[in-house]
Amino acid sequence: MNWDRLLAMAGKEVIQIRRDARSIAIVIAMPLIMMLAFGYGVSFDTKHIPVYVFDMEGSQQSQDFLKRFQSSIYFNVVKAVDNYPDLIRAIDGGRCQIGIVIPPDFSNNLNTGKTVRIQALVDGTDSNSANLGMSYSRAVVQAYSQQLQLQWLQRQGRTNIQPLVAVDARTWFNENLESMSTIVPGVVALVMAVVGTFLTSLTIAREWERGTMEQLISTPVTPLEIMFGKLVPYMAIGLFDTCVCAAMGAWWFGVPFRGHLSVFFLGSIMFLTVVLSMGYLFSVVAKTQLAASQISLIATFLPAFLLSGFMYPIDQMPAVIRVITHIVPARYYMAILRNVFLKGTSIILMWQDFAALAIFAAVLGFAATRVFKKRLD
Amino acid sequence: MNGQSPAVVVKDLVKRFGDFIAVDTISLEAHKGEIFGFLGPNGAGKSTTIRMLCGLLRPTSGQAFVYGFDVATQSEQVRQHIGYMSQKFSLYNDLTVIENLDFFAGMYSVSNSDLKGRINWAIDMAGLNGRENSLAGTLAAGWKQRLALGCAVLHRPPILFLDEPTSGVDPISRRQFWEMIHKMAADGVTIFVTTHYMDEAEYCNRLVLIYRGKIVASGSPLELKQKYMTGELLLLECDEVGKALELLQSAPGVDDAAIFGNALHLVVPKASEAMGGVRSYLSEHGVNTTRIEPIRPSLEDVFVSLTSVRNGPETEASRQ
Amino acid sequence: MTELPNVIESRELTKSFPGILAVDHLNFSVRKGEVFGLVGPDGAGKTTTMRMLAGVLTPDSGGAIVSGFDIVKAPESAKHRISYMPQRFGLYEELTVDENIRFYAQIFGVKAAERDIRSTQLLDAAGMGEFRNRLAGKLSGGMKQKVGLVCALIHAPDLLLLDEPTNGVDPVSRRDFWRILYSLLDQGVTILTTTSYLDEAERCHRIALLHEGRMLFCDTPARLKENMPGAVLSVVTGNPRGISELLDGHDGISSMMIVGDGLHLVVKDASRMISELHSIITSATVPFDSIEQVTPTVEDLFVEAVKGNTKGNEK
Repeated sequence: MNWDRLLAMAGKEVIQIRRDARSIAIVIAMPLIMMLAFGYGVSFDTKHIPVYVFDMEGSQQSQDFLKRFQSSIYFNVVKAVDNYPDLIRAIDGGRCQIGIVIPPDFSNNLNTGKTVRIQALVDGTDSNSANLGMSYSRAVVQAYSQQLQLQWLQRQGRTNIQPLVAVDARTWFNENLESMSTIVPGVVALVMAVVGTFLTSLTIAREWERGTMEQLISTPVTPLEIMFGKLVPYMAIGLFDTCVCAAMGAWWFGVPFRGHLSVFFLGSIMFLTVVLSMGYLFSVVAKTQLAASQISLIATFLPAFLLSGFMYPIDQMPAVIRVITHIVPARYYMAILRNVFLKGTSIILMWQDFAALAIFAAVLGFAATRVFKKRLD
Repeated sequence: MNGQSPAVVVKDLVKRFGDFIAVDTISLEAHKGEIFGFLGPNGAGKSTTIRMLCGLLRPTSGQAFVYGFDVATQSEQVRQHIGYMSQKFSLYNDLTVIENLDFFAGMYSVSNSDLKGRINWAIDMAGLNGRENSLAGTLAAGWKQRLALGCAVLHRPPILFLDEPTSGVDPISRRQFWEMIHKMAADGVTIFVTTHYMDEAEYCNRLVLIYRGKIVASGSPLELKQKYMTGELLLLECDEVGKALELLQSAPGVDDAAIFGNALHLVVPKASEAMGGVRSYLSEHGVNTTRIEPIRPSLEDVFVSLTSVRNGPETEASRQ
Repeated sequence: MTELPNVIESRELTKSFPGILAVDHLNFSVRKGEVFGLVGPDGAGKTTTMRMLAGVLTPDSGGAIVSGFDIVKAPESAKHRISYMPQRFGLYEELTVDENIRFYAQIFGVKAAERDIRSTQLLDAAGMGEFRNRLAGKLSGGMKQKVGLVCALIHAPDLLLLDEPTNGVDPVSRRDFWRILYSLLDQGVTILTTTSYLDEAERCHRIALLHEGRMLFCDTPARLKENMPGAVLSVVTGNPRGISELLDGHDGISSMMIVGDGLHLVVKDASRMISELHSIITSATVPFDSIEQVTPTVEDLFVEAVKGNTKGNEK
């Protein structure tokens, strides 16, 4: 390997990236937009669910109950109405997602110890948020009834039951917080899988498309020099993007970073080697920028989204799918990032994930050098 | 030519793109049955002019009439009376010969009574009998070109625009193609050809040379060679071509000298007078002349002599 | 010519693509210090031959020695000594002229000091000195072509392979380009070029006429013309169609072609035909200006050679 030629390749690549508005957009804007889209899209959209209330009783107690919805961050009580048709219209018109109806005998039943039935009308068009909305409302109701039970028991002179009841209610809110924390490191891995592959997927294809490759392969430059010359600048860019994403996760989304920076960088460099080589490979095979970028999006985004444990926990997948997840590199990087962010686990405990990435990097890197030929046929 | 009104009339036509003037006050007339050549290098304004004449681009100022219709206001009528064949031969490669012809016949609304005859005529002309069901993409370039021509004239347009029609076609197909073009011209079709190939231009009856949006010369190929060539051309063969070139570049009575393989081309004011002088000048400096004779200038010689006088080659605007 | 080593020796060079035999057992050699032209229309196999010689395409069979190296056994070895300029020049459009030159200099291991001297020389010779900091994408076709040539010459190669270097370039730039090429010959560079402009072929020392992958002729343009069977006559007239109808089927005329200001005829015996034509045309009272013998062009040669030697394109 000749260092001058490698540096010439890398230097040329850097100038090209700097002068090409489209590659700058991919380098800077794509990770930021994806972080925001996935960070908010996946975790925040179930907060502030718009709620209409129809209080048929209007008593002190029923208002007290409704305040529970109002004070929850998951609901936003938009309006109180005084008839059914208005409520139905609000749901139909999409002005609210849930309508809470309090029966006229609410406080009466409550005080006489009968079961109180609250009606919740849920807009099921978006089944995901409908489910969440229902779960949240159940939680609110449950918390309310537990508190009533508690008060009732206290009045009976029994004080030692309280913790048992309270645990249930807290689990709900904690669980959500926890998902936020697992989502963000997942998003970082997902974004880097897509961006990393995308970055290199264009580079060889562009030279074929513009006709510069024909001259390049008639020079003494070797395939290895071309590959390293192209991967080095993108590694630097990839690391920069990873840091930006991780920093957004820590400061913007407020996810704790408990692990070691060295472990974070080691894992990131290994993962980037994998995805950059993969993009390079696609670029060599596809020969046009359009095909290369399409292949790289399909090959990275869907597996990283569905099969890495990002959307669905791997241990709950059917056995066959579970086996397939082993060939998704993002799976290992995601595991490493979650550990680094949330637990700060020692690298020794994650050796399997690192080993898997090392194998991927070696195999793909080797394949990339083999597949690229200084030939037109 | 025949005393009829011209088929194409262009008066002070201008097209600007921003502050770039692509076509700069061009005026010309092409007559019925004439093969009118529009010659210039890439970026000289040829395509822009053709697009305006076909009603695809609006002139910035000036006027153009094609078959009597104003290209700015009557572009639909213009399009009904022209045929257009681009250098890319806009055929559908995944359709067969007959499907391509059917399609273009439909596009030009060739009447049903006429349809069969015209398609058979086109197949005959292009020499595609027996290949009606081959995919257009599998045809050799010469055949494709003739098929494209057939498609362009299915509706018997009185005016035919050809954009570098024979680039990339082998010389035999090229000659056959021009044979057909000359036949159409004899039948009264006006043919308007744009090209940057000097040898393609030799086939035209009348030429205008366009350079940086302006017409720099016009006339028949022969007239251009006689009228605009400043000086005459000599072919010189001698022992040491390199040395002779150096000597002749500063020699008295030689305007220009250029190497052509083993020989030199010299531009001199008067060939008959210069031959002896050049021969003796070279022998004085120890170069033996084996052959010296006057040659006919090519259109390229004319073009170079016209444009290099105007200004240097490399101040041209960067494309388009 | 004295005995000089051949820079290119092509032996039975053959390459086919699905459905086409692109290059068909091609034999030719290029001598040191000459401009050799591969001449023919599109699809004749020029580019495929060029690519094999440049070491970017593997021959199916046969081979070639380029700058002393076997392109089949050691395709990478010759790459240090040669320079290949493909049809699209290989310039990086986002890089300036200087940056492109620097890149190719580094790839070929040219020292910085030498590079600066050479690039200044070459750019000045090309008249491109003032455009060093312009982006390559912002150059006109003629300028790109010259910068491409400077990049190709930065490592002082022995052999320059040019694929259709003047395609789409205006005639003035084309002449400039040839002037630069000829000046390289003094430095001992050998040039192999392809062209589909048959008139441009006359600028080469020797040419090989290619048609459908095979070689028709290989010689100097002058000798090819001398050896052409028959002669070319030019009839200048305002009514070429009339005269062509008059002469159609006449004995002794092997082909006839209408051009803008007259008629070109290929005849067997020029002097006999000139007087014969005079009397035929005069007695038919068709007006004409002159009848004279002209030097055949490379295109005339080509057409005569290809007649009866074609695989399937023609009727």
